[in-house]
Amino acid sequence: MKVIYLDNNATTQCAPAVVEAMLPYFSEKYGNASSMHTFGGNNRHVIDEARRKVAAFIGAAHEDEIIFTSCATESDNTAIFSAVRTQPRKKHIITSAVEHPAIMEPYKYLETKGYRVDFIGVDEYGRFDMARFQNVLDEDTALVSVMWANSETGTIFPIAEIARLTHEKGALFHTDAVQAVGKIPVDVQQAGVDMLSLSGHKFHGPKGVGALYVRRGVLFMPYLMGGHQERHRRAGTENVPYIVGLGKACELAQQRLNDGTSARIAALRDKLEKGILASVPDVKVNGDPQHRVPNTTNISFGYIEGESILMYLNDLGVCASSGSACTSGSLEPSHVLRAMGVPFQFAHGSIRFSLSDQTTEADIDLVLKELPPIIERLRKISPFSRLAA
Amino acid sequence: MWDYTDKVMDHFRNPRNVGAIPNADGTGQVGSLVCGDALKLTIKVNKETDVIEDAKFETFGCASAIASSSILTEMIKGKTIAEASKITNQDIADALGTLPAEKMHCSVMGMEALEAAVKSYRQGGQPVVFEQQEEKIVCHCFNVSEETIIKAIRANHLKTVEDVTHFTKAGGGCGRCKGEIQKILDKVNGANPVPQTHQKLFAQMTVVEKIKTIEQVLEEDVRPKLNMDGGSAELTDLAGSVVKIRLTGMCSGCAGAAGTLKNFIEKTLKEKVDPSLTVEQA
Repeated sequence: MKVIYLDNNATTQCAPAVVEAMLPYFSEKYGNASSMHTFGGNNRHVIDEARRKVAAFIGAAHEDEIIFTSCATESDNTAIFSAVRTQPRKKHIITSAVEHPAIMEPYKYLETKGYRVDFIGVDEYGRFDMARFQNVLDEDTALVSVMWANSETGTIFPIAEIARLTHEKGALFHTDAVQAVGKIPVDVQQAGVDMLSLSGHKFHGPKGVGALYVRRGVLFMPYLMGGHQERHRRAGTENVPYIVGLGKACELAQQRLNDGTSARIAALRDKLEKGILASVPDVKVNGDPQHRVPNTTNISFGYIEGESILMYLNDLGVCASSGSACTSGSLEPSHVLRAMGVPFQFAHGSIRFSLSDQTTEADIDLVLKELPPIIERLRKISPFSRLAA
Repeated sequence: MWDYTDKVMDHFRNPRNVGAIPNADGTGQVGSLVCGDALKLTIKVNKETDVIEDAKFETFGCASAIASSSILTEMIKGKTIAEASKITNQDIADALGTLPAEKMHCSVMGMEALEAAVKSYRQGGQPVVFEQQEEKIVCHCFNVSEETIIKAIRANHLKTVEDVTHFTKAGGGCGRCKGEIQKILDKVNGANPVPQTHQKLFAQMTVVEKIKTIEQVLEEDVRPKLNMDGGSAELTDLAGSVVKIRLTGMCSGCAGAAGTLKNFIEKTLKEKVDPSLTVEQA
């Protein structure tokens, strides 16, 4: 059965060209980049080359502003703990209510350690509550960390504006840009961010590698200690093949942003969304229709449960995600949808389709053909479907 | 990805007995849209023999909820009301091969709908919504009673709070009731929790010892609960027996702040440190 992969916000295929670029650094050029001999030492140049590519891709002014990490979760944790440890007198931190757990959990931990923490809410379209943010932001604020784009709905936050307000009060600004990088142009200088996290596997790079951008001049304290690597900013032997892969992925992603691929993905996403809205009653699109990454749509199907939809789609080879409680084992529907105030009868039945450049028109046509009968079938089983009628 | 058995997938893909029996002799309902799963079970019963001649279901829920409902209708058809009443959630899970631990509540939902349908039949056919007995609700997020929890612990030999959550959903929402669930577990499983007492009399402590003792109770007993609501508390001063507390995070400016200080923090400090203590907002 052909796999129709519409779950690219969860992870993407590692591009064949990326794999090819990585391969020599496993068993052929396996040297340690820190070694004195040429065999290993040459790999330092390879890492620097990748660093240049990442820096160029996100508009960093200097290559040395890029720190390679093992994943975006590590980048996020590093940024947060560095910001609070370098500003010990400030005891207030701000984030949004719809962040990835890699931000949420460290914030909650710091709250138990006496930090004042504000989780800024969103409106029904998932838009950042700017008024509330300006209200709580003050001179005691050490860090504001707000995601660039939301993983579940694709909603894009006004990062440059939030960063500007943050700096007015003298706080640091970090953004988890995992779902933005590769999907929309990201320029750290234009946006004025101090720190930014990204992850390779979200844009056709390998899993297990990420990066943290730290603007020159920002005080920094490492999270992993015990080595001189990354200019003492991230200890641990450099993962040369994965770093090479991340560099290559950035190069390819830049091409896709330039050559109209994004517009093609957006057109397919819109076709899928409009098609579902036209053929299935009682559906609702979650997210900000005006400011959204081009590959994502999050659709709620009223009165039925998301896992059931996913399982029927799975039988057809279609891969998607759900914000339903049942899929996570957490019993409660997605914190993002709850923060948006999506009613329960819709929150439990939410499905996220996330496309990539590999998505074809035929893929979308198949989903548009197969999905309506699935929804109809589940609604026939549901005791609530009559409510909808 | 859940490890569903072939039997679960079969009943999910080809659910048996979907629908509602018109003029049913018994109708049992459980769950709601808010909970994320719900089941309506209708049965047709031969009044002479008490045998269930037909059963149909309507379910809102995940694959395992649909499969549990579907197999339940097959299990009860042809049984007498008395026989059917003996079916437990474990029987439903066994009939499906097994269910992932996190999904056991789907089988419990089947048992509860059956219980309600039987009650409905005995009361003349008026639909019955499964309700917890008129006793204490422990988990307010999912409306789970102490009795349901005790039953689940006994029937399935549950050992941990996580087990209880998997079987009954209790504790799976805000998590505030986890402490209470632990107490119920201790009670049912016969554990003797060691009471925490501070050996030295509070009055005899030095100021530093007093502050440390209060701080320890705040850290162990107070903050974990406030943290669940996104807040915390700081000890700012101790004047005689007056403890000054500053509420932080979500607790600061919360409408219930005064209640939190008096009914929760002061009560806890009185219990664990010294009855003479009073708490004031800093």
